Amino acid sequence: MENDPIVILKDKCVGCRLCIKACPFGAITMQDKLAVIELTKCTLCGACVEVCKFKAIEMRQPAATGAAAGVDLSAYRDVWIFAEQKDGHIQSITYELLGEGRKLADQLGMKLCAVLLGHQMAERTAALIQRGADRVYMVDAPELAYFQDEPYAAVLIELVQRHKPAIMLCGATTVGRSLVSRVAVTVKAGLTADCTGLAIDPETKNLLQTRPAFGGNIMATIITPKHRPQMATVRHKVMKEAVVDAARKGETLIEKVAAEVLKSRAQRVRFAPETETTTNIAEANMIVSGGRGLQAPENFAIVRELAEVLGAGVGSSRAAVDAGWIPYSHQVGQTGKTVCPKIYIACGISGQIQHLAGMSSSDIIVAINKDPEAPIFRVATYGLVGDLFKIVPLLTREFKKVLKK
Amino acid sequence: MHIVVCIKQVPDTADVKIDPKTNTLIREGVVSIINPFDMYAIEESIRLKEKLGGKVTAITMGPPQAENALREAIAMGVDAGILVSDRAFAGSDTWATSYTLALALKKIGDYGVILCGKQASDGDTAQVGPGIAAHLNLPQITYVRKIEEISAEHLVGERLLEEGTEVIRAPLPCVLTVVKEINEPRLPSLKGKLAAKKAQITHWKAADLQGEKAKFGLDGSPTKVVKIFTPPARQGGQIFKGEPEEIAAQVVAKLKDAVIAAGA
Repeated sequence: MENDPIVILKDKCVGCRLCIKACPFGAITMQDKLAVIELTKCTLCGACVEVCKFKAIEMRQPAATGAAAGVDLSAYRDVWIFAEQKDGHIQSITYELLGEGRKLADQLGMKLCAVLLGHQMAERTAALIQRGADRVYMVDAPELAYFQDEPYAAVLIELVQRHKPAIMLCGATTVGRSLVSRVAVTVKAGLTADCTGLAIDPETKNLLQTRPAFGGNIMATIITPKHRPQMATVRHKVMKEAVVDAARKGETLIEKVAAEVLKSRAQRVRFAPETETTTNIAEANMIVSGGRGLQAPENFAIVRELAEVLGAGVGSSRAAVDAGWIPYSHQVGQTGKTVCPKIYIACGISGQIQHLAGMSSSDIIVAINKDPEAPIFRVATYGLVGDLFKIVPLLTREFKKVLKK
Repeated sequence: MHIVVCIKQVPDTADVKIDPKTNTLIREGVVSIINPFDMYAIEESIRLKEKLGGKVTAITMGPPQAENALREAIAMGVDAGILVSDRAFAGSDTWATSYTLALALKKIGDYGVILCGKQASDGDTAQVGPGIAAHLNLPQITYVRKIEEISAEHLVGERLLEEGTEVIRAPLPCVLTVVKEINEPRLPSLKGKLAAKKAQITHWKAADLQGEKAKFGLDGSPTKVVKIFTPPARQGGQIFKGEPEEIAAQVVAKLKDAVIAAGA
């Protein structure tokens, strides 16, 4: 069909099956000795086009008359980052976004701007400028004191329409993902989730957004060629935090919005902070995790003791959560959280693919398991084969010594 | 109340293996399942129906075989299934997907609560649920771990945030995305399985939705994948065996500097 976004040219296809092997999505099959692409599975990644030696696969470009028509890309300038704050404190993801945003802005010869929504936060703008922002757009209102989906999205939409940024970055946090999905829909922007790599294409100046998919088994690079802003959420702990330069100068613009924009149908009734853990694992530089190998809920104590000595967060495998040994908010892996700490210590976790999907991008992985064949050892920087009930307390003791605690 | 649950058929990642030679996904024989997070959304929608009365409709956008996912949902207790499927939807990113699903929801019309899983296990974006809410201009509660209270006009839900639990009250209709903690999905009953077999799945094509053609599929998708690659596989490192005292001391010595740097 001529309107299909990708087609196999039947006169050129020889049925060599190379494209089937190349397709990361299993979207190509053989029918009557010719390749057939199942369009609903295809993501148009082009892997098959590249591998075909017979030029038998053609991809169609989006129609210029499509929804993108009329977007004047040159009207959009500057790199924006959403400055996430909680209880008036700027979150560390914000500094990571400033570090990465600064690089992109410099390559494009554009300004780096931070958007800060909150209440009575005027004193906090200096920290954003010292970490690399040329300009801070601040909206101050009691309704913005803490994150609320509707007013936050409405304000951000208004600012984007008012000032037209070329790029808008946000943390891939609970708040970030809930917020910018709404914004991107309304302003008809491209949005790429959970990026671990960002770069500027030297020719087109497009933002190259690289992200893992399929639990990190494949990586995809995504662009937003014809819409602006180019929006992305960025995985926590992947980008380096911008360093403080107390001498940096920048400006703060106070933006006003109509009262209508601040309305929220959904309302917070109350907030209960997590009490179980000392450290939130999404933020943690170090995580000590326990799994089925702990055998009983009370044995999580040895994991907690090690975590405490290190100042680490406490994580868990799915098995331990399902057994009711620890709350779900600690679960690392596909149906839990994806974490990216500097050091991840897995105690009695075998390393199912779903768990690995949530932690295998950690810098250093330490695994303690009695089974030398456990899959966790295939990703571990340091693997300790043995009884965790002996080894983990010894690690606690040794770390106490070297850290002089 | 009419409760609508949006689901997606995904490859079962428990099945996904990596070819050690080429470092690519081996996809042959990989079975399709309902996205794990959507199972919790299905279960919750059935529980809401049991509490409030009314009916549950499951809706999915995907290839013709995604009908199987709808039948599985019906086997669990969902009343009806709608498959939104058309070649015109090919190449949809999250913008076009949420647009298409929002149109289908408009066609359904009388929804009270719309439930989604917090994200799909293949794309991991978590963007379609809030995207639907934005297209329909509805309030949303994402990452819901408990519905505390629900009536015909409102609900109170607990949202799981990184640093705690936020309790939110929202008027209906409203979009919820749910996390695993919310419930334990039931197994299909024999009666359910029979119902699933007999059920008439409704099929909607692009022409059945009151949408703009330019906002469907590839043309309606702002993002474009330019490259797919397999990341270099993480290599296993050093293995320590032997006396616990010794290997613990060795590893602590190796980790000391990194721990001090990470703690700083």
